Amino acid sequence: MKKFTLSATIAASLALFAGSASAQVNLDAVLSIDGTAITTRAPAPDFLDIDEVISGWVYRAKETQATQMDDFENPAMLFVDQAMDDWNRVDGSEGKSCASCHTNGPEEFAGLRAELPRWDADRGQMMNMEDYINYNRVTYMGAEPLKWAKPRMDAMVALISLQSRGMPINVAIDGPVADIWAQGEEIYYTRVGQLDMACANCHEDNFGNMIRADRLSQGQINGFPTYRLKNAKLNSVQARFKGCMKNIRAEPYAVGSDEFRALELYVASRGNGLSVEGPSVRN
Amino acid sequence: MAENVKPRVRVPRSATAGEAFEIKTLISHKMESGQRKDSDGNPIPRSIIYHFSCDFNGENVFQAQLEGAISTNPYFQFDAVIQESGTFTFTWLDDDGSEYSDSKDITVG
Amino acid sequence: MQFTRRDTLAMGAGAAVATLVPLQAFAGPNEDEMAAFANGAEITDGGVELTAPEIAENGNTVPISVSAPGATNILVIATGNPNPRVIEFMFGPLAGSQTASTRCRLAGTQDVIALAKMADGSVKRASATVKVTIGGCGG
Repeated sequence: MKKFTLSATIAASLALFAGSASAQVNLDAVLSIDGTAITTRAPAPDFLDIDEVISGWVYRAKETQATQMDDFENPAMLFVDQAMDDWNRVDGSEGKSCASCHTNGPEEFAGLRAELPRWDADRGQMMNMEDYINYNRVTYMGAEPLKWAKPRMDAMVALISLQSRGMPINVAIDGPVADIWAQGEEIYYTRVGQLDMACANCHEDNFGNMIRADRLSQGQINGFPTYRLKNAKLNSVQARFKGCMKNIRAEPYAVGSDEFRALELYVASRGNGLSVEGPSVRN
Repeated sequence: MAENVKPRVRVPRSATAGEAFEIKTLISHKMESGQRKDSDGNPIPRSIIYHFSCDFNGENVFQAQLEGAISTNPYFQFDAVIQESGTFTFTWLDDDGSEYSDSKDITVG
Repeated sequence: MQFTRRDTLAMGAGAAVATLVPLQAFAGPNEDEMAAFANGAEITDGGVELTAPEIAENGNTVPISVSAPGATNILVIATGNPNPRVIEFMFGPLAGSQTASTRCRLAGTQDVIALAKMADGSVKRASATVKVTIGGCGG
């Protein structure tokens, strides 16, 4: 039986450091998913001080990256399949399914994910994917709204996001959303919580570095909803915001709150130019 | 029956007799390992898919006996080799007594 | 194993990585599993390949592959897991090769062992050390 002395443990940990040095980030790795080219690096939008925006895919281990390169390998697609069943399922007082109105399938929504969140003049408010799904369910299907950050909603968001795969994120930050965007920007740079950290401290000041045993990314959301290896399920943008806030021991804003909506707009715009990845795979 | 268990299989539509080809399978299943505890500290009982089988025209291609250490949404990749056209059948057995299956036809040119 | 602050700092500049101390390979369960599989045959090295990442990004989902030309069964054992058995693959008459891939859970840094039973009853072994990191911002 091996005995683990303190020095042996330290040596093992140092060896792990050496090992992680060999798992460097490969900025030149190329992502193509079943033939669709994905832009994982793009010139940063004007309002940012950094030169380049980089997808979270680039920061993951090569085995994780490989899992996303093929729609069969990607476990997120299991949930897209489930959402397809949901798409065809009659739900609500009007006896309709999504398919009843959207007769050309989810393909009708090519381009939508790339623009969200966006101001909707008819609705008189900023809408994200969850908002659109529920608005249509309630109004046209007479169905119950789906709960955000729960499997059924996350799967549907993934199905519709998939239709914009490869298209550049192009979220408007001016006009009717200008104030919301400014609020989101302020939240991003405000330190909160017991650990007194802002989003920017990790995702702007330290992307590419390790935080404990994790490789930090820029915190982009072009790959959301994402299948995380950690919880083996789809994760939505605002669920992840909540998780991040809890990690720094702050009282998180509520999923669906004005704060998270503003933050979602701002964070989406930080990735303008990166491709929508369809549901991605992350740690 | 565990909730929302959905299989997905990838089999080529056609193959050459005697030439091996790849098959991949995935199935959505929590694979509750039996190692976790609930918020009261009580162990959550094991509830996994414990057996997988792939057969072709009644003959066995590949089987696996899974344990709790297989990740959620079990994934397999393996090779098959066949001499004639026919149907692959895939079967997953669940601790709770359920059986899930899928099938794919293939033509041998 | 508890690290004092001094120990943690001594482990190097930068972030302190919370790694699981490799679990001691107790003689019991791992050896029992291997003996049951080998059924009296001697276990020798070589003849089977085990592919696993050097560093697993997340212990919840670790991709592994095994390959053993001529094998009837391949057993994978995680020597540091609470239950060492991970999976046993059985190759039928229509198997195109004796190879298989899957994704498994590893509780911490440990040796993973693949045992392949050949048609003549002999048993071959391969081993790989997988470092499993625990603790990051994502949890």
